[in-house]
Amino acid sequence: MSYTAFQALVWRDLRLFFQDKRAVTMSFVAPIVIASFFGYIFGGVADDRPASKIAVAVVDRDNSEVSRKVIAALAADAALDVKSRALEEARGLVRGGKTTVAAVIPPGFAERAGKSFFRGGDKPEIQLLYDPSHSTEMQVVRGVLMQHVMEVVSRETLGGPGSQRLLDDALRDLDQSQGMKPADQAALRRMLEGVGEWNQRQNANPRAQANSGFSMPYTVSLEAVTARQGVKYNSMAHSFAGMCVQFILFMGIDAGMVVLYQRRSGLWKRLQAAPLSRYTIIGSRAASAGVIAMVIMLTVFGFARVVFGVKIEGSFAGFLGVCVAFAIMTATFGLLIAVLGKTPEATRGIAILVTLILVMLGGSWVPAFIFPQWLQKASFAVPTRWAVDGLDAMVWRGSGFDAALGPIAALLAFAAVFGAIAVWRFRWESEG
Amino acid sequence: MLEVTGLHKRYGDLVAVEEVSFTARPGEMVGLLGPNGAGKTTTVSMIAGLLAPDRGEVRIDGGVVRGETDPVKLRLGLVPQDVALHDALSARENLALFGALYGMRGAPLERAMESAFDVAGLADRAKDRVATFSGGMKRRLNLAAALLHGPQILLLDEPTVGVDPQSRNQIFSSLEGLKRQGKTLVYTTHYMEEAERLCDSIIIIDRGKVIANDTLEAVRRLVPSVNVLEIGVENPGRDGWLDGLRAVEGVAAAEWDGSTLRVTVRDLLESSPRVLVWLRERDYACSHLTSQRADLETVFLTLTGRSVRNA
Repeated sequence: MSYTAFQALVWRDLRLFFQDKRAVTMSFVAPIVIASFFGYIFGGVADDRPASKIAVAVVDRDNSEVSRKVIAALAADAALDVKSRALEEARGLVRGGKTTVAAVIPPGFAERAGKSFFRGGDKPEIQLLYDPSHSTEMQVVRGVLMQHVMEVVSRETLGGPGSQRLLDDALRDLDQSQGMKPADQAALRRMLEGVGEWNQRQNANPRAQANSGFSMPYTVSLEAVTARQGVKYNSMAHSFAGMCVQFILFMGIDAGMVVLYQRRSGLWKRLQAAPLSRYTIIGSRAASAGVIAMVIMLTVFGFARVVFGVKIEGSFAGFLGVCVAFAIMTATFGLLIAVLGKTPEATRGIAILVTLILVMLGGSWVPAFIFPQWLQKASFAVPTRWAVDGLDAMVWRGSGFDAALGPIAALLAFAAVFGAIAVWRFRWESEG
Repeated sequence: MLEVTGLHKRYGDLVAVEEVSFTARPGEMVGLLGPNGAGKTTTVSMIAGLLAPDRGEVRIDGGVVRGETDPVKLRLGLVPQDVALHDALSARENLALFGALYGMRGAPLERAMESAFDVAGLADRAKDRVATFSGGMKRRLNLAAALLHGPQILLLDEPTVGVDPQSRNQIFSSLEGLKRQGKTLVYTTHYMEEAERLCDSIIIIDRGKVIANDTLEAVRRLVPSVNVLEIGVENPGRDGWLDGLRAVEGVAAAEWDGSTLRVTVRDLLESSPRVLVWLRERDYACSHLTSQRADLETVFLTLTGRSVRNA
């Protein structure tokens, strides 16, 4: 009898869910649309198109050969989109969010930078005006600027037309300096004289002059470590995993809410009046929620596969395992809402808030690695983190089944705790 | 047979049901009467196993329901006060689901559904979604859903609330048919005329307590000499005028419904003239006067001093 009833109750839940246009839209269409959007803005499907550049305004108040060369070097950098602006115009663009960073090269920059190169002291100050909501980009611009300033200034200092004069000034300052040990003074003199000799040789050979100055002492080769060599990163994989997790939890809320609404209606009385155990009633609800969660997950990832080419690069069995474990966890999460909630109205708001926090901490919206270190560790206390990490590992990191075992075990542990609380706090008696 | 002994239920300081006892035999319909909030639904809920009583016992054919899955529950059918159906499913899908809750499937379920649709008069609408049904049709299907598993005892909690006269008569006919089949029916209502038409015995509950429990005739005899005068009054008095009327010798109760004055008198011949004189001396214009024998409404009014609908 119990099995017949269980089967009928699960079938009823599935029928009601798939007949509900709002539920279907929220569970299938919404995650696909939002995941597509997030995936697109975070990089989309990997291809050879250049990455978007950082908008930089440059204010040249020095207007020297050196400052013009620095600006030219910045403009040639692949990471930046450089435009020359007047100071107030640049400030206005940053304030208005049109430009991320403005670099202001001060008057006398070339002269003071050249002198400071050997002797420190009065260093010129390049002012960076930046949009505080783009502090990461500011750090990028700062690094790129440092590289190009060092290259240009060192080239000018060690081989440019004014280099000998700068060296002569430096030697004169050295002679007048006090407090330096004689041996140190002699060593520095030899170095400056050596640089002067080097400059004279370079100036005598125009072809060699182009290579003078500092340059980056290394080159960089980039390799995105994905599932296998040649497999490009597809940011759709993470965004679809994240949105799947979010909207399946929303479905879990609805599954719990249905029980609360049934409690108010005669339907709950019919269930109680029948010779059914509480395990049949809440178990069937959990089973149907689990089945719906699996259908959502497979449909949404199926869409990602067909439209965006998101492949399960890792263990398919591991992927299914994480999906099943998350579906079970969602089902018990719904039961938890059903047994802890008092009224549907009051419960819905709280449940949505809790879900959004879980989703946020789980890294569904933005990857967890950008969280502060302590939060990254703390987020392992929420099931969504395990779900997102597990799906990421199986979908685009290309990990094997063994990498799925941790997330599966964690999700099942959460499910066990939620399920135990649900059974413990289950209220058999109806409200009427 | 249904035996209810000393049922008691308390919610905090509120005593919802106090020492309710009665017996309902096969082929008998017991009416559980009382105003809203009297404790009828709580009593039915305890009989059906939805609520655990603080004290007391319910026996169904001698057996006590023990636990959620006790097969004794198969002998009970519950028609909840709310329409307990899934609007998004068809009538047939609803009945199939509720049959399955009692372990029914296959041919027996099909036969039971055919029979239930006949009782409800909805055979031609079986495939339609319940959302398209009128309130009366939903009520009929609500009743049919409780009959699927062939219960011996049927608990009906206000089954005609919000029902049109046609559906109400159809439900009454169905219930009379079930009674003839030997089913035991417990019928809660605050419509006294329904109880008078259908029930063999009457239990009147007020504020959780049983104030009358006997056959319909015996309950009527609780106020044997009571009669009711219905007087059309064209110029009703100010606040408190009914209190003056109630003070007239021989008047048991007086109620005003906005057009008709209902005066319950203990002796028709002695009290009626006093009532009429009282009205004439105060210049009330009377359009008509009728008298009738005490009905259950009057019995309730006499026993509690309040009308069922105003209680």
